[in-house]
Amino acid sequence: MNKNIQLDKARKQKNGGLADKEDFAKVRLEINGRPIIRAIFPATSLLEFIREELGLTGTKKGCDLGDCGLCTVLLDGKPVLSCLMLALDAEDHQITTIEGLTNGGELHPIQEAMLKHGAVQCGYCSPAMVLNGVHLLDTHKNPDQMAIKEAISGTLCRCTGYTKIEKAFLAVTHQKGAKV
Amino acid sequence: MSLQDSKRYQTIGKPIPMLGARDKLTGTARFTDDIRLSRPLFVKILRSPYPSAHLKSIDISKAKKSKGVKAVITGKDIPNSFGVLPISKDECAMATGKVRYVGEPIAAVAAESLRDAVAALRLIKVKYEVLKPVLNIAQGLKKTKNPIHPELKREDNIHKSAHQSFGDPDKGFDGAKVVIERDFSFLSLSHGFTEPHSVQVEIKDDDELTVYSATQVPHYVHLALSEVLEIPLHKIRVIKPYLGGGFGGKSDPFPHEMIAARLALMTRRNIRLTLEREEVFFTHHGRHETQVKMKLGLDPGKGITALDGKMLIDGGAYGSFGIVTSYYNGVLLQGPYKIANFRFDCDRIYTNKPVCGAMRGHGGVNPRFASESLLDMACHELKIDPCEFRLEHFLEKNSLTANQFRITSVSIKKGLEKAMTKSGWKKKHRQLPYGKGIGVACGFFISGSALPIHWNKIPQSTARLTLDESGLAVIYSGASDIGQGSDTVLAQMVAEVLGLPMGMIKVVSADTALCPTDMGSYSSRVTFMAGNAARNASIQMRRTLVKAACQLLKIDEPPYPDPGKPMSFFRQGQRKPDFKKGFLGANPDYEDGFSFSEKKIISPANEELDYLEVVKKAMEENGTLQAKGCYLSPKMGGTHKGAGAGLSPSYSFTAFITEVDVNPLTGKVKVEKVTCAHDCGVPLNPLAVEGQLEGSIHMGLGQVLMEGLRYEHGVQQNASFLEYKIPSPFEQPEIEIILPDSDEQEGPFGAKEVGEGALAPFNPSVANAIFDAVAVRLFDLPITPDKVLDAIHKNNQKKD
Repeated sequence: MNKNIQLDKARKQKNGGLADKEDFAKVRLEINGRPIIRAIFPATSLLEFIREELGLTGTKKGCDLGDCGLCTVLLDGKPVLSCLMLALDAEDHQITTIEGLTNGGELHPIQEAMLKHGAVQCGYCSPAMVLNGVHLLDTHKNPDQMAIKEAISGTLCRCTGYTKIEKAFLAVTHQKGAKV
Repeated sequence: MSLQDSKRYQTIGKPIPMLGARDKLTGTARFTDDIRLSRPLFVKILRSPYPSAHLKSIDISKAKKSKGVKAVITGKDIPNSFGVLPISKDECAMATGKVRYVGEPIAAVAAESLRDAVAALRLIKVKYEVLKPVLNIAQGLKKTKNPIHPELKREDNIHKSAHQSFGDPDKGFDGAKVVIERDFSFLSLSHGFTEPHSVQVEIKDDDELTVYSATQVPHYVHLALSEVLEIPLHKIRVIKPYLGGGFGGKSDPFPHEMIAARLALMTRRNIRLTLEREEVFFTHHGRHETQVKMKLGLDPGKGITALDGKMLIDGGAYGSFGIVTSYYNGVLLQGPYKIANFRFDCDRIYTNKPVCGAMRGHGGVNPRFASESLLDMACHELKIDPCEFRLEHFLEKNSLTANQFRITSVSIKKGLEKAMTKSGWKKKHRQLPYGKGIGVACGFFISGSALPIHWNKIPQSTARLTLDESGLAVIYSGASDIGQGSDTVLAQMVAEVLGLPMGMIKVVSADTALCPTDMGSYSSRVTFMAGNAARNASIQMRRTLVKAACQLLKIDEPPYPDPGKPMSFFRQGQRKPDFKKGFLGANPDYEDGFSFSEKKIISPANEELDYLEVVKKAMEENGTLQAKGCYLSPKMGGTHKGAGAGLSPSYSFTAFITEVDVNPLTGKVKVEKVTCAHDCGVPLNPLAVEGQLEGSIHMGLGQVLMEGLRYEHGVQQNASFLEYKIPSPFEQPEIEIILPDSDEQEGPFGAKEVGEGALAPFNPSVANAIFDAVAVRLFDLPITPDKVLDAIHKNNQKKD
């Protein structure tokens, strides 16, 4: 695993305010369609990499322990907890964060529905919920309520009781069902 | 205005998506930790591993020399104490002399990176002399020579004793058909908001601090920072960015805010400090662990003849909102029924545990469980329908409670009747098969506290409105949108009065440098108080525009409604409208014969003017247009001790009918269907109203069935979301919401509270349904399967 990791010996030298004895590792991955190559601390989680190295703050940190699911991103289209994964383990994979979903364009149908149905309150879980929804639509032709509950159950929401999130998802899947 | 009238409105009563929701959905909304200041120092806090100990020495010399470290501070660097209530400023940013709970801050490190800060933390050497801790209510009540807070000069650890008595409770019990008394217990709860506490401080050359903080109360944080750090208020600016849930848990000034600001001043660098989830649990300020002994007397004809509650609440190590909590435990039992003979005693006990404070439904939640359970038991004993009984004895509109709460609008009777019909109550109660049950419970709640925390005569809410040739209306308010949608409701006020689309309103809120003073977002006060202020500002602006329109049309200004008109049934104590102050009254009439709609201003004679044209005309005289509105509660309440507690200009009412499935073999309870009738006056935005009710049910469900902080030797055993379980989508029941036709004369466009009130009565509705299902009564929350199973077994043994 991580066969592409190469310790960047040059970085062992003094470098600004940074440490002089830490080992740096090179990581190469694709985030939101953009190839990224960086030298990082090997222990950097994918979450820390996304938020701190790349400044993509749409991905939220809620616990850093894999309990809350707020840091969910898509890894090759599948939802993963970015806090439980090393950035190095994402080597050569395609990551989609909330910023990559619309890229400034139109809202995704899931986002549109969550907006309309009042599924957003404080919004701290919204990016993760949206990505859960995107994966659900990608993998289910016509998901029922149980499938929706399952899809969002890995991400905590304390404001909505999930009611309106489910309602929004159901509205999208109904639209989708009608099209099929 | 009734719900029917609301149909003629343009934005009021419409399901308007929350402002900012789009940014939240696309990830562009910046929460506190998402802000990127230049070259911030990262801060980590060293916390006490002991519930009670003397700090013999703290050696920070090695940590100071550690890589990347710029500063290390301890309690003596921030010696001034603080607390949200001026009457209990008993907490310091970091412990000095003594630690009082596991997790209490002792020292803080600011370093170039988080890793450097963590590494340095390990180099701090603290010598403790471990003391015998006070770990529960019983221990706290015992006499001691070493109380947790010796400054109170008591020989026990009681922080506050609140008592009130009205009528003659003993006589009331004598005159009852049935009297029931029981003990109840409740675990402490965490708010469980998803965004951890976070603060960032930006320091400018002239010693000005800009403090970005995830807080519900920028105004109180502002005051506390100034007092604790001894720097003038004008040198501090507090801004609340997007905030990821509060529920009362972010409504105090906190140690981490003081620490971050002090470090910024010391290092002259920007500071970033976000708590780990475990630290959030330690910081706590959640619902008090509570013991209740309550006695209720009932007569089917006379109603509740007397109610007497004795509450003991475990406050943890410091004061927080505790004095208010102590009173709320009693006074929030004064509705929704008429209770002439009423008494309560509540003691708040200091213990060596994390601090408890305000959490959704503040203080009223646990006693409500007790009173509604007892009511159900009494009805059962007398074989009367608990819904029918309630319908007969609700408080009436325009009445006073025994403790002088002014009850204005009440529509709970209609609400409960509808809930009975929709849920099929009559066909289900006491008739469902074993294992299935249906239960009822009701409650009420304040729409903001009528008295400010810091005693002063400044209006509780002020809003400012500006308008220029772009047509954009900007409303400035100190209210703090914590995800409940307070910005949206303020924008709705402006949009409605000025006939503008929501897209032409910008809300600038929760910034102490830009926004007029507002007490903040707690006690369900924003819609009512900040809403009235924004509405008053909008009406003032409308008059300026009407005047300009009349100039353009060369007609006389219309007569405006008389502001001297009494605002409600209760004339006594009403504030006189004061045009200069920006106070036109509470929810005043603004009928001027003109129609403002879709950026058109139409005269009484049906002449149409373009909104922008009118704005420009008004600007000829005034320059950029500005208006101010404010809100100040009427003077009301009794003169007895604690009369101000729970006093509010209006109250919401809620009725729940809840259906459960109880598996008698496993004890597992599943809440299947909830019918919730909530009287929030006119629902200004049904989407937001429903969201608040669904969220309240989620939080209640957690407390009644699963949540609770567990302590061993003063150490939290479940300080993570893995171990502190909140309900998942699978637990959330099907919900039917009923908003009975209601109108609050003093509420902006007829509105009142919706954010908190519904939580309290939900819990007992579940317990009452469990009784209906399997004939067992549970008195201790959470009602976990083991307790249910145990009770069923005991019941069976009794029968044998």
